[in-house]
Amino acid sequence: MSGEWETVIGLEIHAQLATKSKIFSGSATAYGAEPNTQADLVDLGYPGVLPVLNAEVVRMAAKFGLAVGATINRRSVFARKNYFYPDLPKGYQISQYELPIVAGGHLDILLEDGSTKRIGITRAHLEEDAGKSQHEGVGVSTIDLNRAGTPLVEIVSEPDMRSAKEAVAYMKKIHTLVRYLGICDGNMQEGSFRCDANVSVRRRGAEKFGTRAELKNLNSFRYVEKAINLEVARQIDILEGGGTVVQETRLYDADKDETRSMRSKEEANDYRYFPDPDLLPVIIEDSFVEAVRASLPELPDDKALRFQQQHGLSPYDAGVLTASAEMAAFYESVVALVPSDPKLVANTVMGDFSASLNKDNLDIANSRVSAAQLGVLVSRIVDNTISGKIAKEVFEAMWAEGLEADAVIESRGLRQITDAGAIGAVIDAIMAANPKQLADYRSGKDKLFGFFVGQAMKATDGKANPALLNDLLKAKLAP
Amino acid sequence: MSLSSKQIEGIAHLARLELDAAEIPRYVDSLSSILGLVSELERVNTDGIAPMAHPLEGQVQRLRADAVSSPNLRQLLQANAPQVDAGLYVVPKVIE
Amino acid sequence: MTVPTLAALSAGLKTRQYSSVELTLAALARVERSQPQLNALVTVTAESALAAAAAADQRIAAGTAGPLTGVPMIHKDIFCTAGVLTTCGSRMLSNFVSPYDAHIVTLLADAGMVMVGKANMDEFAMGSSNETSYFGPVSNPWDTTRVPGGSSGGSAAAVAARLAPLATASDTGGSIRQPAALCGVTGIKPTYGRVSRYGMIAFASSLDQAGVITVSAEDAAMTLQAMAGFDRRDSTSIDAPVPDYVAELQQPLAGLRIGILKEFFGEGLSAAIEGPVREALATWQRLGATVREVSLPSLPLSVPTYYVVAPAEASSNLARFDGVRFGHRCDKPRDLVDLYKRSRAEGFGAEVKRRIMTGTYVLSAGYYDAYYLKAQRVRSLISDDFRRAFTEVDLLLGPTTPTTAFGLGDKTSDPITMYLNDIYTIGANMAGLPAMSLPCGFADGLPVGVQLIGPHFAEGRLLAAAHAYQRETDWHLRAPPAFGADFAGEA
Repeated sequence: MSGEWETVIGLEIHAQLATKSKIFSGSATAYGAEPNTQADLVDLGYPGVLPVLNAEVVRMAAKFGLAVGATINRRSVFARKNYFYPDLPKGYQISQYELPIVAGGHLDILLEDGSTKRIGITRAHLEEDAGKSQHEGVGVSTIDLNRAGTPLVEIVSEPDMRSAKEAVAYMKKIHTLVRYLGICDGNMQEGSFRCDANVSVRRRGAEKFGTRAELKNLNSFRYVEKAINLEVARQIDILEGGGTVVQETRLYDADKDETRSMRSKEEANDYRYFPDPDLLPVIIEDSFVEAVRASLPELPDDKALRFQQQHGLSPYDAGVLTASAEMAAFYESVVALVPSDPKLVANTVMGDFSASLNKDNLDIANSRVSAAQLGVLVSRIVDNTISGKIAKEVFEAMWAEGLEADAVIESRGLRQITDAGAIGAVIDAIMAANPKQLADYRSGKDKLFGFFVGQAMKATDGKANPALLNDLLKAKLAP
Repeated sequence: MSLSSKQIEGIAHLARLELDAAEIPRYVDSLSSILGLVSELERVNTDGIAPMAHPLEGQVQRLRADAVSSPNLRQLLQANAPQVDAGLYVVPKVIE
Repeated sequence: MTVPTLAALSAGLKTRQYSSVELTLAALARVERSQPQLNALVTVTAESALAAAAAADQRIAAGTAGPLTGVPMIHKDIFCTAGVLTTCGSRMLSNFVSPYDAHIVTLLADAGMVMVGKANMDEFAMGSSNETSYFGPVSNPWDTTRVPGGSSGGSAAAVAARLAPLATASDTGGSIRQPAALCGVTGIKPTYGRVSRYGMIAFASSLDQAGVITVSAEDAAMTLQAMAGFDRRDSTSIDAPVPDYVAELQQPLAGLRIGILKEFFGEGLSAAIEGPVREALATWQRLGATVREVSLPSLPLSVPTYYVVAPAEASSNLARFDGVRFGHRCDKPRDLVDLYKRSRAEGFGAEVKRRIMTGTYVLSAGYYDAYYLKAQRVRSLISDDFRRAFTEVDLLLGPTTPTTAFGLGDKTSDPITMYLNDIYTIGANMAGLPAMSLPCGFADGLPVGVQLIGPHFAEGRLLAAAHAYQRETDWHLRAPPAFGADFAGEA
């Protein structure tokens, strides 16, 4: 059924800019303060006060624009978006409307089949965040305006995505990018990075887009995927039942795992945009743009390409390792210690190391094993001191007990047996003890080779050098 | 240019102003006559004329350094608030 | 009789003819006595005024006083004053104690001025007669059955009645100049951006400008000297040095090119006004100015343009008054929409609501281009007309108002009739130009004002022309008979 339908998705991502102070006031932006203690006269919309633009938000938006190959508009204008809501103190939101600061960029995402897809970025504009309303009280809602006036960059994509997975890949890519650029902390739990999705479906091959619904409140990658899939199914149901999709805003409710119409936001949806007379046009000089360009870090795509070229990594592995600047830096620190085998380093970092971080819910800065420590461990695999299998055990001990790799290897006697004579003696004993298996193997049951490997590893507590054991076994078992 | 009662009610709602029944015709009349006054602009040829949003052209937005300068003034600022509870502004429940 | 100009009072304080406390007590006494007749003030700040006066006297004694130190003054109630009720003439803010000072309030306090109270005004500065104030109308000191003009009606009436030598004011479409003309006092609206708007409650942000109403042009120069200047808290404030306005008063007039605004002398101008204005023109000619007629064909479009731009901006500026964080809140709101609608309906008067609705309409979907954008384009045309004119002349001259002060209640029934009072003043706001009104005579015992408009930042030229005129005439020194007692003499 869904084969006949094509999904069309565009995302509007709101990233809070990591400034110290708000976009138009000197209030702090730190998360988690006591309610309304970081909301000054300007944030509260007190009579007579006026906005003054924070220089840093302009720089950060320009940084983003350059990173996605967009045009930095030399003239951008703030407008007022007028509507009443208790968390919107002035009765209007200051936002860029007709003339945004960033226009026309793009970002490439990696699809599951290994190909890349280019997603267009229509625009990115600066605006102020609203405060927070809570509706838990009996008969009342309460308002905390600490967040009011926090700078946001709203990144609007083209309707270029064709599945929830693509949307998530794009959102993750933007998430990676804004953190690389140091313009957003990316903390989705705290609402620093969130997304609305415009979703529609159309008959495959149709030219016109279907009627779209705007999904709000998607504050995790998982929710984005779930909400889009739910919405697509809902729309297809409607269309296949002969109905029509209504253009509306829908709220994703994670608890109930459903989307529902937000009619309250819909009624009287006339924002009466006009240029904010309290603010003048933002004019950007070429020299400013060039200075920002010079300040850009190596971008994730460039880094991933470099990892492929320099280290021989697959595009997928390079993508995983460059998903955060911290991960990439960690990987590169380890590679610096084990330059001969970057692939082994990549596997270790993406494997046991990442799994342990996830399990303990730690980020790299708080890792229990440092890059230097991990470098020693990988070196011990490379120099044949231990096998890759034993390395897992060593890593677990390092992670759990905070020990150095060499100390674990020595104290637990995990050093590999690389003495051919010693291994040969073990093999001889096993052959003698298992005549039937030996005979069967020699009569053509090749699969029994694994049996002999297992027996030999068991006898050596896994410490036999795997390559050497392999060679010796092959020679001795041969008829 | 004449507005209808329905239009006046729509505008009043958008502007969040309660109007009683007796006021509506008065605003129908006065807004219609204001729009009549304003309709003179229709006759003006403004082809190729840029809209003027600011009286002083050529001025550009100044930027301030990103620094925290506002202290916590919650107590002072909430002295004017009609209803607060535990530092939060209170309004009738918003139904989503 | 000593006329209590700011300059005279400043000199008297310096020579210790009287103390600031004495002047302040006299001002407070006059305010109190005048209130039943004029209703010029919304709030009287006797206690803080006396404290400020005592501090001023210490500065004077210590030799650290400036020219404004110790002089009593009044702030229009559109300017936020910390710890003092700031109502903007509205029920919406009838309980609002500002937690902060407007920029000019800080500047004038720092200069040592003594605020004796807050002046009544049209609600949110929307009006031309001071009849839209929640706190009742102000009367014209020349004839208390007549209006003082508006929106700075309280400021103009207070200065005319010599309650204080100056009062701050604001001008969005003529709100300084029109009441100054109707009350026979001097008023200056500086170039847009010359005086910070920080702390001045916004009506129409792209038109609003703070200024002052005084007895004389010299007083205006002295006050503007202290008020003008860059303020980083207002993005539209101009970062340019402030000239020495007092020194510029001495500019010679010889060769000054004055343009008579052709469009201001046509139909609608009463003969009673035209006579004194033309006489004033003759005075300037005698002083060495050359005169020629100048036509600004787009200027008559100022009124319709204004009634799109100003309400549009106002509808947005006044959205913050929602009964949530400050200001009036209705009793027992049923729900959020009811809270908004009733708080705003009760808090705002009819004229404010009318303008909010007009502005909401012209910005709404489907009308924005036809009204708002169109008006912004016409605004360009008006501004271009002025720019062209100022390549030919140094100053433009015309009447400030089409008529003298009208009777209280005469024009309240029809908003359009009321709006046309600002027909000559709105143009300067459209283009952000500095403009003044100064007394130039009387018609049937009521003051008449002449208006001068200059190019951007030509406040010095305006003040010098006005000062030269005021040295030749004494219209500005005439006080309304009922309020004519010598201010300093009382002290």
